[in-house]
Amino acid sequence: MPASYHQFEAVIVGAGGAGLMAALNLQGRDVAVLSKLHPVRSHTGAAQGGIGAALGNMEEDHWEWHMFDTVKGSDYLADQDAVEILAREAIETVLELEHRGLPFSRTPDGKIAQRPFGGHTREYGKAAVRRACYAADRTGHMILQTLYQQCIRNQVKFFNEYLVLELLVEGGRVAGVVALSVADGSLHVFHAKAVLFATGGCGRIYQITSNAHALTGDGMAVAWRAGVPLEDMEFFQFHPTGIYKMGILITEGARGEGGKLFNGRGERFMEKYAPTLLDLAPRDIISRAIYRELRQGHGIEGKWYVHLDLRHLGRAVIETKLPDITDFVRTYLGIDPVEAPIPVQPTAHYAMGGIPTDVWGRVVFDEKNKVLPGFYAAGECACVSVHGANRLGTNSLVDILVFGRRAGRDMARFVAENDFPPLPRQPEESALRWLSRLREGGNGGAARRVSVGELRDTLQGEMMDKASVFRDGKLLTEVGEKLQELKERYQEATIQDRGRVFNTDLVEAIELGFLLDVAHTVAVGALTRQESRGAHSREDFPQRDDKNWLKHSLAYRTPSGGIELKYKPVTITRFQPQERKY
Amino acid sequence: MRVKLRIKRFDGEGDREPYWAEYEVEAEPTDRLLDALHAVKWYQDGTLSFRRSCAHGVCGSDAMLINGRNRLACKVLVKDLGERITVEPLRGYPVIKDLVVDQTAFFQKYESVKPYLSPEGEPPARERLQTPEQRERFDDTTKCILCAACTTSCPSFWSNPDYVGPAAIVNAHRFLFDSRDAATAERLAGLNGTDGVWRCRTVFNCVEACPRGIDITRAIGEVKKALLLGRT
Repeated sequence: MPASYHQFEAVIVGAGGAGLMAALNLQGRDVAVLSKLHPVRSHTGAAQGGIGAALGNMEEDHWEWHMFDTVKGSDYLADQDAVEILAREAIETVLELEHRGLPFSRTPDGKIAQRPFGGHTREYGKAAVRRACYAADRTGHMILQTLYQQCIRNQVKFFNEYLVLELLVEGGRVAGVVALSVADGSLHVFHAKAVLFATGGCGRIYQITSNAHALTGDGMAVAWRAGVPLEDMEFFQFHPTGIYKMGILITEGARGEGGKLFNGRGERFMEKYAPTLLDLAPRDIISRAIYRELRQGHGIEGKWYVHLDLRHLGRAVIETKLPDITDFVRTYLGIDPVEAPIPVQPTAHYAMGGIPTDVWGRVVFDEKNKVLPGFYAAGECACVSVHGANRLGTNSLVDILVFGRRAGRDMARFVAENDFPPLPRQPEESALRWLSRLREGGNGGAARRVSVGELRDTLQGEMMDKASVFRDGKLLTEVGEKLQELKERYQEATIQDRGRVFNTDLVEAIELGFLLDVAHTVAVGALTRQESRGAHSREDFPQRDDKNWLKHSLAYRTPSGGIELKYKPVTITRFQPQERKY
Repeated sequence: MRVKLRIKRFDGEGDREPYWAEYEVEAEPTDRLLDALHAVKWYQDGTLSFRRSCAHGVCGSDAMLINGRNRLACKVLVKDLGERITVEPLRGYPVIKDLVVDQTAFFQKYESVKPYLSPEGEPPARERLQTPEQRERFDDTTKCILCAACTTSCPSFWSNPDYVGPAAIVNAHRFLFDSRDAATAERLAGLNGTDGVWRCRTVFNCVEACPRGIDITRAIGEVKKALLLGRT
């Protein structure tokens, strides 16, 4: 089947918060939004606890405090010019969401309600502050719904269930993408002046994750294969409170409302690790604390979990402020958080790294931040970097909206000022070859055929065991070798479904290729960075090393498919690096 | 436990009629049905197609007919379904392949109720004020994840596909009872036609089907009442 050709001034890949916000800021231009899911299925909808903005509705707060908390939370790896924009524009962004219809929870006097969250403080770390604006514990759902509703109002054009396969680059400019329509297996070339990747995260490189099945690092891998580096991939956040064994997220808002963590000896162990902020310390610190307790045999009944106790909050608070997580715990664990503590373990949650961009979402590809014209990225697949080595709770929602909007605005400017670049010759050819190999199987014959499910299980298990909360050189070396082997075996991977219509066997095989590439950049970045910073904790290099490692990593693809690392400096404006204590 | 899955399948290409396929998988009692479907897809038969994403009941991808009831495959546990489980696609929409249905018509109905805030005047410098009581008024209907479980369980929809359906009415309710919205008359007029709310016969299937626990029939009743009164 020949490919279909489409032409749009701007193409957005991904229809979560970042993609939809960008689309809304490209009004009046000719725009298409591609999503491998229906937009309302996007993972923004799973965000729970809140979106941070120094509105000061409950008590005094300032964007400078939000900026400081974000920089400190990042273990000083975030670029402070970008963090300043994040903290300043968070305020107008939350107000814009309200104006667009978002049903926030309210204070008695009718303002947007706010609650405490991990690492959110007043006066540069003195005490917790109420900064997270929320809609019960379904803030992300409300954001996604509101933005999609606005897109309906503005008649945004969607191509749903289109999976991006390749980025087209011609003459030093991005010229579009190649995508697969899942519904009928057809191939599509989208010719564009500008392309935004807003494809979300890659949590499915790990076995225990809060991330949806769809989060397979598509945009990251496609950009990387096109020659764009991935920045700071070694920093992956583990959220401290995932439901035991399942990884389903229990919002930090549960601790914001007063929930406490206990180990198997009934101790409130966070007193040892973060005496000021306790259970509201940033996520990297609590996840490590839980792992330390578990390793010492202090799990509940010796098992690999601790307890999150909400019982003292009372039924009314639990059911009105945390209704969804209450429902999850009842459904999946068969226990009632009003009456029993919740078994939790750290769960792979968020990629701080991603496609490097400037503060307008423009993709930059070298150590000097040179722009690749026409290419944009925003949201979890991007790295501005506002999260550095560890993201603060609620800042992912701020990030997708603030930088999704900026990307949309700059794309509007770019497409007005530029003509269409030429398309590469036969732009669909390599995607066709690639798909036909996956459909037909590798070259090794039936005896060597390997299943996608088995390879993916091995990948996720390796990453979980050897490249998660604690890391060391020996284990990371093993992961790197294993990934090399898995990538080779992937060349022989084959699928059973040879049909064209809604072939999710094929989709999963493509996604596995993305996962393998992204996981490889995580493992190599982690092995190379010989220090501990934020979420990257090396037991053989336990200290932060600003002299050698206060810098961003850039993982490039070598011609043979390997990884080469380069580095670029961190932008520091207001806050000099200090020791990070809570 | 051993679980027998009986799944209604359809190839989507060629001319084969829908058929039943049986699979047996090993599952933990606390596994989601989605886990059992994955066990089939990943280790027995890769040709089985279904939609899924979040796997914990918030994205709305995997609504299907499970043991005769509309549910999300990721929000029902194997132990609550027994050792023999029947899985079929949602009723009332064209099947694309296996458990995947074409939801185009579903989303057209959703769009027909103008599901976006239409306030009066320019927005203020800060947020529009809304008391907790005003916010509570429409809280229940903000929970909708558009999974289509309600609409495709509704006998009125089965007999008349033009009926706007419970999901769309839920989303109209979400704006009708939002104190910030000013398009009440326009919204109500749209729901007053022959394919509007009056087709609801209060069968309550939708309430039973909703994975988010929305009291849908009540919401529809409130919209009917608003129509009779001419205001919310």
